[in-house]
Amino acid sequence: MKFEAGEAAMSWFQKLVPSRIRTTGDNKRTVPEGLWDKCPGCNAILYRAEMERNLEVCPKCGYHNRIGARRRLDQFLDEEGREEIGAELESADPLKFKDSKKYKDRLLQAQKKTEEKDALVVMQGRLKGLDVVTAAFEFAFMGGSMGSVVGERFVRAVKRCLELGIPLVCFSASGGARMQESLFALMQMAKTSAALGRLRQRGIPFVSVMTDPTMGGVSASLAMLGDLNIAEPNALIGFAGPRVIEQTVRETLPEGFQRSEFLLEHGALDMILDRRELRERIADLLAILTHRG
Amino acid sequence: MDMNFLDFEQPIAELEAKIEELRLVGDDNEINIQDEIERLQTKSRELTESIFSRLTPWQISQLARHPQRPYTLDYVAHLFGEFHELHGDRTFADDQAIVGGLARLDERPVMVIGHQKGRDTKEKIRRNFGMPRPEGYRKALRLMRLAERFRLPVLTFIDTPGAYPGVGAEERGQSEAIARNLQEMAALRVPVLCTVIGEGGSGGALAIGVGDRLLMLQYSTYSVISPEGCASILWKSADKAPVAAEAMGITSERLQELDLVDEVVAEPLGGAHRNPAATAKALKEALLRALGEIASLSPDALVERRYQRLMRYGEFTTAA
Repeated sequence: MKFEAGEAAMSWFQKLVPSRIRTTGDNKRTVPEGLWDKCPGCNAILYRAEMERNLEVCPKCGYHNRIGARRRLDQFLDEEGREEIGAELESADPLKFKDSKKYKDRLLQAQKKTEEKDALVVMQGRLKGLDVVTAAFEFAFMGGSMGSVVGERFVRAVKRCLELGIPLVCFSASGGARMQESLFALMQMAKTSAALGRLRQRGIPFVSVMTDPTMGGVSASLAMLGDLNIAEPNALIGFAGPRVIEQTVRETLPEGFQRSEFLLEHGALDMILDRRELRERIADLLAILTHRG
Repeated sequence: MDMNFLDFEQPIAELEAKIEELRLVGDDNEINIQDEIERLQTKSRELTESIFSRLTPWQISQLARHPQRPYTLDYVAHLFGEFHELHGDRTFADDQAIVGGLARLDERPVMVIGHQKGRDTKEKIRRNFGMPRPEGYRKALRLMRLAERFRLPVLTFIDTPGAYPGVGAEERGQSEAIARNLQEMAALRVPVLCTVIGEGGSGGALAIGVGDRLLMLQYSTYSVISPEGCASILWKSADKAPVAAEAMGITSERLQELDLVDEVVAEPLGGAHRNPAATAKALKEALLRALGEIASLSPDALVERRYQRLMRYGEFTTAA
C-alpha cells in the first residue's frame, strides 16, 4: 500500500470547541490539538493532558492513537546519552519527479509540517541503562514512505549496532516504498534487509515493533525481519492495502483483517504489546537475549 | 484490429496485412508480384524501425506485457540443454506462478528460478497471472538454498505484475516471505544473476531479484508500483498511467542511465516476441559473460561485493 499522508482529520468535537481556547504554538503533535479529544475507539471525551501522560493511548478503551517519531523515541529511551544518527541526510530527487506537484515541493511541505528532514529518525541511546540504537518512522512525513534517505538512515543505524555490538529497535509506521523515488525506493527494501542480515549473522538482536500502519515495502522488508516481531494493538499490518485486496478478490474482507491480532493468530508476530509497557518489556527481552542480569 | 499488434503498431499491422493479401493473390494467379511484396516488406521494416526508435515508456510497458511476449519457460527451452523442474515449498503448496529447476547452461549446472505467466485462460488462472503467493517465494528460497548447498549459480527471471494481493496470501505472510528472500539472497554464497524479461512489478519482482548482476531485456520494465497504480494514487486517475510511466523512469534505458541496472540486452526489431530464439541467444551470451566475470570470486568475496553493491543503492545529499 502506498499513499500520501492524510491530514489528520479534526474530530467533530474539536469543531465545536471555540478556536480561541485551543492550544497553539510550537508544541506540534501528530494527534489533533485542543483541550479535549474524542477517542476514535470508544467515543469517550478525553482530557488532552491526560492523553499525553498516557502516551496517546485511550485510558478508557486502550485505543492507540498514532504518535510522531521523535515523541516515540523520547518516551522510549532514557533521558541521558542520546545521539541522533544520519540527521544530515536529505533526499536528492534523482528522478526530478513531478506529479500534480513537484516531489521537491512535497518534501518541503512535509518538512515544514513535521519539522523532520525525512520519514525516519534514528537515535542511539540507552534503554534502562542498556545501550541501544533506535529508529522510528514518522508517518506524518509523506506517509512514512521509504526512499533513499530512510534506507540510508536505517542502514547507518544497523552499522552503528555492528560497530558497538548493541541491539537495534525499530518502530515502523509506513505506507511502503516512496513512489516519487521509484526504483531507488524499491531497492531500499533490499538494502535494509541485507544490512539486517549482517546483524543476524553477528547475533545482535533486532526488535521490530510494528505500529499503525505498517504496509507495503516496509512491511515486506525490515519490519518483518525482527528476531522479535512485536506489534501495538489493532495496528494495520500487511503487504497489500485492504482496498487493493478488496478490488482483486471482489468480496468484503473479514473483520479484523490485517490487524495485529489477526497477524498474531496467523503466526506472523511474537506478541502484541500495549504502548505503555513497551519500554519495560523490550528492556526485559533484550536483557535476556544479551545475557544481562 | 490485429491482436498480434499493439495500438501504436497498427500502421505496421496494416502493411503486413497488405503483404499477406498480395501473397494470396500471387498464389492464386501465378502473377509475379515478388517485387511489390519486397518493396512493402522494406517499407514495413523501415516503419517498424521508425516506430521503435521513439517508443514512449508507456508503449514499452505495453510491450513488456505483450500477450505473446516470451515467458520464463519459453526462455528455459531456448537457453538450457537440460531442465528438470522442481516443485513445492515443502510446507504448504506448489505455487505455479513461480517455476524453478535444475538446468545446464551449456555444460554448466545451474539453478533456474522465474515468474511464470500463463498463455491461455486456463493456464493464466493456474499461474495466477504470474502473481506469486508466499509459498511461491518460499519455493524460490528453498531452491536457492539447494543451489547454495551444491554450489550452483542461480539464474532468476523476473516477470510479474506483483506479489498477489489476496486474503490467503496475507494470512500466510506475504510480507515475511518477500522480506526473507531479500535478506537471504543478499548473503547467498553462490553467484546470482537476475534478469527482468517482462514486467518487474515492485516487491513481488525484487523478491527473486537480489543478486550480483541485474540485467534487463530492452523492452522490459521495472518499477516500485505499476504506472496505473501510481497514476491512480498521485494523479487520482488510472488514465494518467502514460504520464506516471514517464515520471517513474521504468524503462531499461532510463534505469541503466540511473545506474540501477547493469546491462541491457537488446531485443530484435519489434520486440522479443517477434523472434524469441534470437532474444534467447542474446540473453544467453549476456548471462555467460556475466557469469564469467564473477566465476573466479571466492564465496566470501562474492557475498562482500554483492553487499557493498546493495549498500550503494540510493541517492541523497548531505546537508552542511
